Amino acid sequence: MRNPSDPRALPGADPHTGNRLVDPVTGYDTTGHDWGGIRELNTPFPRIAVIALLLTFLYSVITWILLPAWPTGNDYTRGLLGLDQGRMARDGYQAVDATRQGWLAGFSDPDFAALASDDLLMAQAMPAAARLFADNCAACHGDAGAGGPGFPALNDADWLWGGAPETVAETIALGINATDNSRFAEMAAFDWLEPAERQALVDHVVALPQGTAATDSPGAVLFADNCAACHGDGGTGGLMTGAPSLADGAVIYGQDAAAVRTTLRHGRRGVMPGWSGRLSGTEINLLALYVATLPEAAP
Amino acid sequence: MHPSLTNAERQIGLGLAVGLALLGLAMAAMARDGAMAVHGAIALALGLGLVFRLGGALYDAAPAGPDRAARYDDAPTRFGITMTLAWAMIGMGAGIWVAALLYWPEGTPPWPATSFGRLRPVHTTGIIFGFGGNALIATSFWVLQRTARARLADAISPWVVLIGYNLFCTWAVTGYLMGSTQSKEYAEAEWYADLWLVVVWVIYFALYLRTLARRAEPHIYVANWYYMAFILVVAMLHIVNNIALPVSLAGAKSYTVWAGVQDAMIQWWYGHNAVAFFLTAGFLGMLYYFLPVRSGRPIWSYRLSILSFWGIVFFYIWVGSHHLHYTALPYWVQTLGMTFSVMLLVPSWASAGNAIATLNGAWGRVRDDATLRFMFVAAVFYGLSTFEGSFLAIRPVNSLSHYTDWTVGHVHSGTLGWVAMIIFGAIYTIVPQLAGREAMAWPKAVEWHFWLAVLGTLVYVIAMWNAGITQGLMWRTYDANGALSYSFLQSVQAMAPYYLLRTIGGLMFLTGAAICALNCRATLRAATARDLRNDRPLAAQPAE
Ligand code: HEC
Ligand code: HEC
Ligand code: HEM
Repeated sequence: MRNPSDPRALPGADPHTGNRLVDPVTGYDTTGHDWGGIRELNTPFPRIAVIALLLTFLYSVITWILLPAWPTGNDYTRGLLGLDQGRMARDGYQAVDATRQGWLAGFSDPDFAALASDDLLMAQAMPAAARLFADNCAACHGDAGAGGPGFPALNDADWLWGGAPETVAETIALGINATDNSRFAEMAAFDWLEPAERQALVDHVVALPQGTAATDSPGAVLFADNCAACHGDGGTGGLMTGAPSLADGAVIYGQDAAAVRTTLRHGRRGVMPGWSGRLSGTEINLLALYVATLPEAAP
Repeated sequence: MHPSLTNAERQIGLGLAVGLALLGLAMAAMARDGAMAVHGAIALALGLGLVFRLGGALYDAAPAGPDRAARYDDAPTRFGITMTLAWAMIGMGAGIWVAALLYWPEGTPPWPATSFGRLRPVHTTGIIFGFGGNALIATSFWVLQRTARARLADAISPWVVLIGYNLFCTWAVTGYLMGSTQSKEYAEAEWYADLWLVVVWVIYFALYLRTLARRAEPHIYVANWYYMAFILVVAMLHIVNNIALPVSLAGAKSYTVWAGVQDAMIQWWYGHNAVAFFLTAGFLGMLYYFLPVRSGRPIWSYRLSILSFWGIVFFYIWVGSHHLHYTALPYWVQTLGMTFSVMLLVPSWASAGNAIATLNGAWGRVRDDATLRFMFVAAVFYGLSTFEGSFLAIRPVNSLSHYTDWTVGHVHSGTLGWVAMIIFGAIYTIVPQLAGREAMAWPKAVEWHFWLAVLGTLVYVIAMWNAGITQGLMWRTYDANGALSYSFLQSVQAMAPYYLLRTIGGLMFLTGAAICALNCRATLRAATARDLRNDRPLAAQPAE
């Protein structure tokens, strides 16, 4: 039995000379290990790996010196640059804000009429407002404010609460049916009416925008008794109750017989979130002017 | 399974199967919610299936004892490869589905289980744990026995590990389909599945050590170091990240004990080291075995393989915080994550370089043999994605790439280009040997698979690079008036062509994998009785 440290005892070694296998391609001998046919070359350590390791280590040391890096109990090394990511973020936002201040300042306590007539200002402000709208409102109100089932169109000049910029700003800030402070708009359920009465109402309401509604039909009478208080005489709206005009075809949920029947049976209470906590007052004013001018921009 | 077991072992197996069935029954009976009841039923069905299988074969002829001890135990590897391919179909299929939903969200059918939110974790878990994990376990048994020249320490543990592990994967993905999740990325499975995996994993590690202890080779080959690092560190990560309090022992829902930024840090310490030790270390073990075997070349540098092993093990553990740049995580933790990520590049490239230099003298084979080419491409993509990773870890770069599809591109250059390619290389090396054949049944199909895989990966990754950089720039571009130039919606709309391309790239990759699965089936069905495994004879073994 040979001493295990004898090179001749190693697998792969020549039992007489102790020489190991030399790889003909690279000219290196192997380490002598052999695992089911796998061998390893005795290649010297590649210098480039050491250099690379040193370079990356040097990069790290420099970074550790400059930036906050190592914990020291209750504190950490602050780094020569004295950077603080919270302050950097605030500075960054302020820098962006500064580029807006010039034109945005006018919206903090606005005179909407003056702002709207300032073409230069509008050219600066409206693209920004359009992005604000796309990021916050388009998900419900559609790309160009065209609305959809359940969400009112904002580009059609038919308003629930009014289209003056001041009114729109209030709607945006407070929201509708969202919190106790919101605008309140509730269509009660008329499930207590007889089905026949409801049907008469449905027929009447469907006919309203077509201009074919009789004024003395049973439906018209029922409407005047039960509905006109909120929807206005003849359903023309505009009473600041949040009840849409039923005379112009521009409604939230639809004015076909099926939609109206659902409205009457179950009532409606759409929700528009309030934005006062999420957008600044200035931004809300900017959006209000944008929304108020949407009908003009609509094709 | 049973042909590889002696009659006594079948009895033990039968006992374990009865135990599993009882566990399933108890879970199903106790469960107060759907997920746990279904999972109990799955365990019960599996246990009963095994009872019938083993009970029916209890007294059949058993393998001759001394002959068996003189051979490697490859039946578990064969089963593991079958499961690898099955999970490839499930995981990649779910991937195509969610990729298509991103392009066409309106196409979501009305059932919750078909929605993006439920199927994304089915994809990630199916691929990483189902496809990747089965491949790791199956090849680890193969590599371990051959580099130790010892048969697996016992015949039952490998089956417990593989069947138990696949039960975990099944519990996980069926849970997500039912909406049961811990909401921790790559660790979504609920508490009882996590506990089950711990048991399986301990048995796995014990089996590994016991087999190594019986080795006939004086040294432990570097591939085994990688596999052991994979098993050990994954156990540690899994346990720490998944510590949770179940709401009730009779329900699936649990809450993690970690909170706030500590929770985020632990999640990404887990998440990144899942990348490091699951998706990298274990697969490097695979590379270090199958590349030299297939190319017939010695490993280029023994010293480099040692440096990269310890470098990877040491540096990786630090870098999880690069997933949390610019968050509530303290700046100093981010700096450490960033700098260690940069240093990590060196041992990573050392491995990739060592693999590619090993092919010196075998380039002719790389050209002619698609199987070896899979491994070569894997090494190249490993180098690529680690370079990209270190680059993305640098804070200012990350401020552009974070939250964009660039990350997704990076991930898939790693998982498609590196992990999947090395798996396919290993499968095409093992399967003919299991079947006693010189080559796969359809050698041409391997070529087709290779080109579909490479092309699919490139289409996918290049599309996501473009998508990510486009998103990153659109999100940070301001116009002269200090307003964002693009709305978020526009950045989503801009993704449509890339998402379509990604779906197509994924389809190519899946087609290749399906060809691989069919090819393996044809090869194993056409098995010969010859034993073409050019293994060294086993050293004399003590009786089991
Ligand atoms: C979650 C969906 C949603 C979002 C987001 C949303 N809205 Fe609304 N909005 C509604 C709904 C619903 C109504 C109608 C409420 C009702 O039923 O009375 C409404 C009503 C309005 C009205 C009243 C229209 C009128 O005719 O008087 C205005 C103005 C308005 N929204 C503007 C905005 C603006 C500006 C934004 C973005 C800051 C916005 N909305 C975001 C859902 C939304
Ligand atoms: C208390 C006030 C009130 C009364 C009374 C009332 N409505 Fe309304 N109605 C509303 C409000 C507010 C809305 C808008 C609901 C919303 O914002 O979601 C509405 C909505 C509707 C709509 C849906 C329009 C759309 O946007 O699609 C119909 C139709 C309607 N009302 C018909 C009637 C009829 C018919 C009656 C009488 C039977 C009636 N309403 C009585 C307040 C009222
Ligand atoms: C040097 C090695 C590597 C480094 C330093 C590295 C670094 C990074 C970085 C910085 C991210 C992006 C974090 C973010 O912005 O969200 C990331 C994500 C990821 N990487 Fe790597 N990476 C490396 C190698 C790999 C490899 C080889 C793979 C796959 C086999 C991989 C798989 C992933 C995965 C799955 C994610 C996504 C995590 C998520 O879900 O957000 N990485 N990596």
